[in-house]
Amino acid sequence: MNSTDTARQASPIAPAPASGVYRAAIRAEWVKFRTVRGWSLALMLAAFLLVSFTFVVANGHHQDTCTGIGDCQPGHPYVPTGPDGQAVTDSYEYYAQSLTGDGIFVARITMLTGAISTGAANQAPSSAGTRTGLTGWAKAGILVTPSTERGAAYAAVMATGAHGIRFQYDYANDQAGLPGAVTTVSPRWLRLSRTGDTITADDSSDGTTWRAIGSVHLSNLPATIDIGLFASSPVTGQGIATRATAQFDHLTLTGTATGGWQAHSIGMSARDYYPTLGPGSARPSGSTVIVVGSGDLAPAVSGLIGSDTPADTVLFGLIVAVIVFIVVTTGFVAGEHRRGLIRTTFAATPQRTLVLMAKAVVIGSTAFAFGAVLTAIALPIGRHVLTGNGNYIFPSDALASAQVIIGAGLLLALTTIGTVGLASLVRRSAAAVSLGIVVFVLPTLLGPGVLGPGTSGGVSEWLYRLTPAAGLSVFGTIARAAFVDYPFTLANGYYPLGPWAGLGVLAAWAGAALVSGAIATRRRDV
Amino acid sequence: MTGILDATRAEWVKQRSLPSTAWLSLGTPIATIAVSTIMLSTTHTSATGDPGASRIDPARLSLTGTLVGQAVIVAIAALAIGEEYGTGMIRTTVAAIPRRSHILAAKALVLAGISAVAGVTAVAGCLVAARLLLPGAGIDPEHGYPPVGIGDGPTLRAAAGSVLYFVLIGLLALGLTAAVRDTAASIGVVLAVLYLPLLLIQAVSDPLRRHLEQIAPMTAGMAVQATANPQGQPLGPWAGIGVLTAWAAGALLLGGLTLRCTDVKA
Repeated sequence: MNSTDTARQASPIAPAPASGVYRAAIRAEWVKFRTVRGWSLALMLAAFLLVSFTFVVANGHHQDTCTGIGDCQPGHPYVPTGPDGQAVTDSYEYYAQSLTGDGIFVARITMLTGAISTGAANQAPSSAGTRTGLTGWAKAGILVTPSTERGAAYAAVMATGAHGIRFQYDYANDQAGLPGAVTTVSPRWLRLSRTGDTITADDSSDGTTWRAIGSVHLSNLPATIDIGLFASSPVTGQGIATRATAQFDHLTLTGTATGGWQAHSIGMSARDYYPTLGPGSARPSGSTVIVVGSGDLAPAVSGLIGSDTPADTVLFGLIVAVIVFIVVTTGFVAGEHRRGLIRTTFAATPQRTLVLMAKAVVIGSTAFAFGAVLTAIALPIGRHVLTGNGNYIFPSDALASAQVIIGAGLLLALTTIGTVGLASLVRRSAAAVSLGIVVFVLPTLLGPGVLGPGTSGGVSEWLYRLTPAAGLSVFGTIARAAFVDYPFTLANGYYPLGPWAGLGVLAAWAGAALVSGAIATRRRDV
Repeated sequence: MTGILDATRAEWVKQRSLPSTAWLSLGTPIATIAVSTIMLSTTHTSATGDPGASRIDPARLSLTGTLVGQAVIVAIAALAIGEEYGTGMIRTTVAAIPRRSHILAAKALVLAGISAVAGVTAVAGCLVAARLLLPGAGIDPEHGYPPVGIGDGPTLRAAAGSVLYFVLIGLLALGLTAAVRDTAASIGVVLAVLYLPLLLIQAVSDPLRRHLEQIAPMTAGMAVQATANPQGQPLGPWAGIGVLTAWAAGALLLGGLTLRCTDVKA
């Protein structure tokens, strides 16, 4: 049955009011809303507060770079920008030659061990205090890159601490190869081949039977590229720096190599945002090479930089606007009950659900426009002030900005629509305002900073999953990678839900409130 | 002096005869204890992560519910005077008690009494919940935490301070409502004054952050609940109550002046 049939069948059962009735009801509500001067003034005040609080919050944010205890300078540490314009981590020890034209590089990895700093996360890591331990995503293998500049494109096949052989490229792509850990009794053979712009990765457990893992087309690859061994080891879940030591042999480079082997420590200085346990080194001894490196090749981790996005600076002002809209909406709905105007309204439009929907449409669309327009104004202000204060701002494309702007509008609109429901349910303005603020605002304020240690993780995460606070997830624009073992928690700047799923949770709350309000309004006398 | 006493008696009759007062006074401990119980049952010492992290403060944890319970006190306070403007009752009140400062003083006295009773019930309930649930969370003498009980000096201070906190929040809300003269708008204003600094504090860095914690009524007032990490607190427990008292006094003064200097139109 197609949809036209459904519509035709449904229509005789529930005759819908002519569209003129809808329009008249919406227009009536719009006139009521527009003509109360106090509400327009309140919205103007909210607009002023939203923009000025964005400025205040952004201005209260400063970032320093500390290269030692007490040795700090204003300005954020260096964060590389990857080939797609994203913020990345690009720190590793590299032992490479230049290769012109096509070629194949083979190496056998016979050992991968590691060390973990015993200093606290907020101290500069030093080689003096370490314990033995290999992180799950410690990486060592062979890597090609057009240049050793920070954030350059790359492709690498590698052994890892706990995830077997992997083929990774350009900071965000990951494919699995042979499973199992690397030891002297079970070494792994790794091979990268360049043919034109295509890099192909293979692995083997014996050096004779090769298995293809994957290949990637790196666009605009120059004729001469770097190819060689690398090692890196990411921070632990607590942000503690680590180091990996890998031993290679059976190095075979087929092709036009120039310049000889050279060691490069990439991104392992204190100016870099990513904590590393240096110094890195690459030592050939006989036919073996030992590479010691620290860092990661992955998307940047927000919690280590400070989770500054311009969206964060708008958040506070937006919540102020939410409170103002809750108060105004309460007046718009519960005020009619108080003054008895609701009797006139229902006399004029006897379909009570229609009246409620008209109110929701009028104030909801006002809230959407308000939220979207003011966020669009405030975002660049926040960005400007943050940059001026030396803060790092995660690069965001137009799509991410659109997500934040539309998301802010929807957040405000859904909260307002939910308040229409609450206010028509309880009908008393005091109860409606308190309920609106406790239900829609309070959960968003109970972030990890407020609830204290022990509770912080679990409870805040659940509040941001289940309560209307989930709506704030729409401000989450920072990507997280499956191959980064970092706590992607609220405290580190990551929302537990995806942006639209989070808004969906808020929409469910708003919908439930509106439906209860509608049912109560239909059943009760006015 | 009899003026104030009579006015207080009149206010008490008004408050007592409103069903909303009883419901909301009951709602304060229910909301407070419920939230505290949820927090107590979802917390565990193992969740604090690395040993360098700050320790759990058992008293503060047990009293987390005050965060939500205070919203109910704000509603009681706002209704106490805001509804008089809403219904026009304020004209009758002013006709009966022409000394307007007495009206506000009487309301403040009655409200202080109501919120003290609600606060004592709420805090006592939280402490009982803490007694039952803290050992399950690994927060017990075995793990180096002092037992939570009235016998413990700092806990007693946190408990008594929380009752005082409820009373002062009520007075702050009463004063601001007398100035705003609209129930809904004043609840919005008071809750914004209470809750928004929390968000602002998370958004900015030191030294602005610390100053905000010192002057915001809620963060300053709640310093009285701290029994651990004294260096992590914005200011001492009683200094914090002092800041909140200043807020309440300022709000009452503002409300009193508004009541005195404006016409009561309704």
